[in-house]
Amino acid sequence: MKRFLPNLLRLAALILLIAFLVHPELFEPLLKPLVQANAPAIYNQGSLLSLTLSHLVTVFTATFAATLVAVGLAVLVTRPVGAEFLPLSRSLVNIGQTFPPVAVLALAVPIVGFGEKPTLIALFLYGLLPVFENAMTGLSTLPKAIVEAARGTGMTAWQQLTRVELPLALPVILAGIRLSVTISLATATIGSTVAAKTLGEVIIAGLQSNNLAFVLQGGVVVAVLAVLIYDAFSAVERALARRAGRV
Amino acid sequence: MIEIENITKRYGDNTVVDTVSMTVEPRTITVIVGTSGSGKTTLMRMINRLVEPSEGMIRIDGADNRSIPGYELRRHIGYAIQGHGLFPHRTVAENIATVPTLLGWDKKRIAAKVEELLTLFQLDPAAFGPRYPHELSGGQQQRVGVARALAAEPNILLMDEPFGALDPVIRAKAQDDLLAIQKHFGTTIVLVTHDMEEAFHLADKIAVMDKGRIVQCAAPEEMLVNPATDFVETLIGAEERPFRLLSIGTAADAAEAGEAQGEPIAASVSQREALSSLLWSGREALPVVGADGASLGRVTLAGLARRAARPQ
Amino acid sequence: MGFRIDKLGVVIAALLAYGGFLAPFANFRANRIVPGEARWIIEALPAGYGAALLAFIAVAIALILLKTPTLFRLVLGLVALLALAVLIGVSAGHLTPPENTYARVSPASGFWLSSFAFALLTADALARLRLSPLARIGLLLAVAATVAGLLVSGIWDGLSILKEYGSRAETFWLEAGRHVVLALGSLAAACLVGLPLGILCHRVPSLRAGVLNGLNIIQTIPSIALFGLLIAPLGWIALNVPGASALGIRGIGAAPAFVALFLYSLLPVVANTVVGLAGVPRDANDAARGIGMTGRQRLFGVELPLAFPVILTGIRIVLVQNIGLATIAALIGGGGFGVFVFQGIGQTAMDLVLLGAVPTVALAFAAAVVLDAATELSNSKRGRAA
Repeated sequence: MKRFLPNLLRLAALILLIAFLVHPELFEPLLKPLVQANAPAIYNQGSLLSLTLSHLVTVFTATFAATLVAVGLAVLVTRPVGAEFLPLSRSLVNIGQTFPPVAVLALAVPIVGFGEKPTLIALFLYGLLPVFENAMTGLSTLPKAIVEAARGTGMTAWQQLTRVELPLALPVILAGIRLSVTISLATATIGSTVAAKTLGEVIIAGLQSNNLAFVLQGGVVVAVLAVLIYDAFSAVERALARRAGRV
Repeated sequence: MIEIENITKRYGDNTVVDTVSMTVEPRTITVIVGTSGSGKTTLMRMINRLVEPSEGMIRIDGADNRSIPGYELRRHIGYAIQGHGLFPHRTVAENIATVPTLLGWDKKRIAAKVEELLTLFQLDPAAFGPRYPHELSGGQQQRVGVARALAAEPNILLMDEPFGALDPVIRAKAQDDLLAIQKHFGTTIVLVTHDMEEAFHLADKIAVMDKGRIVQCAAPEEMLVNPATDFVETLIGAEERPFRLLSIGTAADAAEAGEAQGEPIAASVSQREALSSLLWSGREALPVVGADGASLGRVTLAGLARRAARPQ
Repeated sequence: MGFRIDKLGVVIAALLAYGGFLAPFANFRANRIVPGEARWIIEALPAGYGAALLAFIAVAIALILLKTPTLFRLVLGLVALLALAVLIGVSAGHLTPPENTYARVSPASGFWLSSFAFALLTADALARLRLSPLARIGLLLAVAATVAGLLVSGIWDGLSILKEYGSRAETFWLEAGRHVVLALGSLAAACLVGLPLGILCHRVPSLRAGVLNGLNIIQTIPSIALFGLLIAPLGWIALNVPGASALGIRGIGAAPAFVALFLYSLLPVVANTVVGLAGVPRDANDAARGIGMTGRQRLFGVELPLAFPVILTGIRIVLVQNIGLATIAALIGGGGFGVFVFQGIGQTAMDLVLLGAVPTVALAFAAAVVLDAATELSNSKRGRAA
């Protein structure tokens, strides 16, 4: 019963979200009171659905690339070969996280110009940090006895990594990816200030024309997406952790 | 057979194992004892090349253990450690199947082996196979750890303080199980421990290590009678000597012809336990019976006292 | 001691070799918005300087490749960074034709790569040296003083970013002040509300899940949306609550930005307070009860001091996050360094973007160093070395 109610709420949120994206006009009466008499209550400069999809594509492309690179680097610095890079990696992660996403975005523009690219780069760079940090933590805090046993049973270094270390670090790595996705979902909206096609367009259009309904729908869609994705990741992590007895 | 020749391991200026030579006979249990930092674990880990030696050579059944890659060597040598090191993300059956899978056995053979081992270790295959390690008790986890080490039918089993994390009751049972398993498979076992009680209970030969060197390697009786150095004598514990001597042999060995009254003693228990039963019952003698219940004679206080005395 | 190759050194040396010899050092533009022309080190610097810099980089590459003492690497990194900083200023003076106020000189990829390489060297040396918290703050102050010195000396005046600054010096400091007030003010407000709220959540477990979930959801609303959403309610308050507008509450401007930052700050403060208090050892609490402390005495005498390092970590998260987020305030007229960032993006004037972004990053970095040091100090005071 305790699990049931939140799941019902999530399902309801998902259905409402899809309904809103496919048939936003159905929700017009709800948003009408927020705008002046003659202003549109539903975003009318493009399709909300396609903006949402391109928002998601941008976020997932960046996060996917960031995950590949970050996990690869974390594997490298936790091997004996890469041990010399470990102290530096730790401090780079620390320093990197002090860079505000807006600054990363703004600094990417002079290098690659306007559009999706600076957004992708900013999201990629910013997404690297949480995944790298968690992957490094996950891989370097495995119980010694287990790593020792993997070696003792005659696994090659590659087998140890793929069969024991990565599967065991997976819940921690997933937590990093989850953080990275959630930050990226929100940061991607800022990408629209440099002409990326994301839900930020709706919000910025609302800010420019003083249309509260626009701001609200853009913001709420992103927030609901973030909550749903966050919860989905948490559920997978919990399932994995429970199986591995690390509850 | 394991032949260790002038093996040395140095970490920087620190010599952990210092020109050690010893031979482990096939189908025996050799226990390496010593204080912590004596190099006993490092010595054992050089046998399966978890540690690469700085100098010297180890031959297994006549072949240099460096003639094949380390990971292949380790697939043919069982390895069990303290705290068992089971993979938490794999089921009990998958854990036991680790090495056979690495060796590319077919599924049927693996399944049969897993079932055989679980049964041998008194774990119901249907109930325990699909469980995850954290769902098992400490003693069960330890048994699965040993089962995993034996899965590929290795001739040699290395054990690093395998019973260290168990409470005394379960530990005694695990030790007896190990003796039975060793008889069953005829495995050559090298076991590292700092528990002298355990060493005398299990060992065919005990190797005492101190500061990277083997100070004595001998059968337990021999070591009791002629400790090579003061260190060995301290390690054995002077006041424990008669009891250690008794703990080596079984009641069957001490049985004399004759009758006795009272609760019979099982032939397989150690003479030390037999003595304890005699003292507690307040009797001079107790009957000894075999596993089938047949009488083997009796043990007497006087007889055990003679056996506990310093051999001439 | 033989010569051994340092693996990290190989990476740094490769970056340096590319940055120093194969990439342009400075960018020259005839005016503010035309595309730039690349200038390599030899062209970008007065005769002797260029050759000297190239020789220095070549020697540095050789030294970095080998294993050398950490302290030596730190000094090498810092000296090299200082040299690059001075030389880019020299280059600006050298490349700008006399009496020409339209020309713009900015650092190019070679400068950035070389600086990045030496910064890596320095960061690695610092990470290995494990300086004490106070030493780290000392170093931060020394670096800040050096940068200030370079700024005051006028050596950088020829650089485009400082020309952008020169034409709006007054606004710059005004926006800087707003930025700091937004970031620090919202943090202070969040502490005033968040600490008691956290204590309450700790004491009343039934409140905990609700409050934390609510604050979590606020975090998922994108900042520009939250800023925008607050415009309406604050506008209403300004119109309808007597005295509110006298306090500076308006629908647009700093007020919604302040409230939004405050709302974002609440989660880390409350959550860390709860975690910190939950982490107080039961023994300590029992002992406090055992010697007859009242609930209040326990809270202030035992629980809060023990939870302090964890709360401080929350404050670090908030401060660094707020310094970054305050940039967004510019989108709703709230001021701050974001003004330059977004103006720059609008005019495709990247120097202007840098004028906003560089101080933001510097502030966030300094805040992180100071608060990390403070957290470590408060931890070590309790004998719980980090």
